[in-house]
Amino acid sequence: MSDFLKLGKRKAPSASGSAAPSAPGSFNINVTDGTLIPSTGDRSILSAWNISFFGAIVAIVILPVLSPKPYIDILAVVPSGLAATFGVTLASIVFALMLGLLAGLGRIAKTKPINLIATVYVEVIRGIPLLVQLFYIYYALGPLLHLKGPASAIMAMSICYGAYMGEIFRAGIQSIPKGQMEAALALGMSRTQALWRIILPQTVKVILPPIGNEFIALLKDSSLVSILAVADLLRRGREYASTTFNYLQSFTIVALIYLIMTLFFSRLVGIMETRLRNHGQRHN
Amino acid sequence: MDNGIIRIKDARKHFGAVQALRGVDLDIAKGEVVLVIGPSGSGKSTLLRCVNRLEHLDSGEIWVEDDCVTSPHANIRKIREEVGMVFQSFNLFPHLSAAQNISLSPLIVLREEREEAQERARALLARVGLADKEHSYPEQLSGGQQQRVAIARALAMRPKIMLFDEPTSALDPEMIKEVLDVMLDLAKDGMTMMVVSHEMGFARAAADRVVFMDEGQIIEAAHPDELFAHPKEERTRRFLDHIL
Repeated sequence: MSDFLKLGKRKAPSASGSAAPSAPGSFNINVTDGTLIPSTGDRSILSAWNISFFGAIVAIVILPVLSPKPYIDILAVVPSGLAATFGVTLASIVFALMLGLLAGLGRIAKTKPINLIATVYVEVIRGIPLLVQLFYIYYALGPLLHLKGPASAIMAMSICYGAYMGEIFRAGIQSIPKGQMEAALALGMSRTQALWRIILPQTVKVILPPIGNEFIALLKDSSLVSILAVADLLRRGREYASTTFNYLQSFTIVALIYLIMTLFFSRLVGIMETRLRNHGQRHN
Repeated sequence: MDNGIIRIKDARKHFGAVQALRGVDLDIAKGEVVLVIGPSGSGKSTLLRCVNRLEHLDSGEIWVEDDCVTSPHANIRKIREEVGMVFQSFNLFPHLSAAQNISLSPLIVLREEREEAQERARALLARVGLADKEHSYPEQLSGGQQQRVAIARALAMRPKIMLFDEPTSALDPEMIKEVLDVMLDLAKDGMTMMVVSHEMGFARAAADRVVFMDEGQIIEAAHPDELFAHPKEERTRRFLDHIL
């Protein structure tokens, strides 16, 4: 169980926060998407994480003190976008997990058509930038779907991240030793029973860190939905900036809030990963 | 019809270019304990794994009682309920406690009552000498203890046949005996057993027949006393010289 998935993550030039599996068969979760996961050995107060995280917090406190004029106003307006940011992120991650499980199961299915559908889905979606997918669903399919901004945003993000989640599920399921399925089958279980009772419960532990990482990437990518009339953090900042022309100040605050959130969650994922890994080692 | 509980007829199988089984015939009678020995790559594990169809034969037939395992219409799950299997690497479910490992299949496959399945799991743990390990997880058990739980897990399905695939090969020497004792106990109870193993002590104590395989074929088969003392074939003799 110390076998962790290796999902060699590459940040695509698109804003899709992409995860691409490295060589198939190598299983080690390599959580480096988007944010650096702090290594636990890094205990120094001057660690990069500490400097960034507490630096951001200090900045967000000091700036309004030093120059209350725009900053207090900005801080009064901009955080109202957090609800939309988190709303879109959480809803998308839930749907993306469901789609991802289906895609992952499809990718390892022995039934050819199912396998093909899942693989095509993953390939196509991963080959199109998230921003283009957002435009496509909101503008191109808008007359057909009649979806409002937030619904379009959640749909596009779910479909996009579902493809990446699918690869995580696939790799996670394949990282469980073959003997587990064999033992379950030898006991008379059906494949479905073995999957739900034996394989997936073990998979969850393996894929939690990369999924936590996808969550962080999704949180950041949710800023893209500000173009679809969703009043998220970035859009609130833009609105404020365009009426007051305080561009520098507005976007500084927006950036700091994103930074604090992602650094916070990346630390959580790092802690979770260490815990799971230590737990895994006791298995052997 | 023969009266063997397992009947293997002209079993053939290849993996890529490797001929794993080149026409194996073997009948095992009810209550018989058969030990299959042979060098690695001789096809003995493959043969065993074909009996509950973890591997598919290319041609030939395998019957378990009145069911043809190799038929595409076979109700393989029903057959597997009657054929327990113990693996070299135990393959316990790491996310379940010892008792849960044992009771899961009776619960979801045989649809036994929870109380009944749990009670039986405790009884089986006691039988393999692990009454106090009910709540332990596989990671907390030694190899020998894990393998005994694995045997109990297979027995929970009340199988008529038990297959053992090198059950002691992954164990430290001091743990081999505790597993063999459980197997000996099973043999004395009249369980039909097909065992791939080189445990000669177990063979002498419990086996009715020892089958020597090499290069995908059965070279010879005889009572252990007979086979170990007077092997007929040169290949058998050479192999026995290596392991005895």
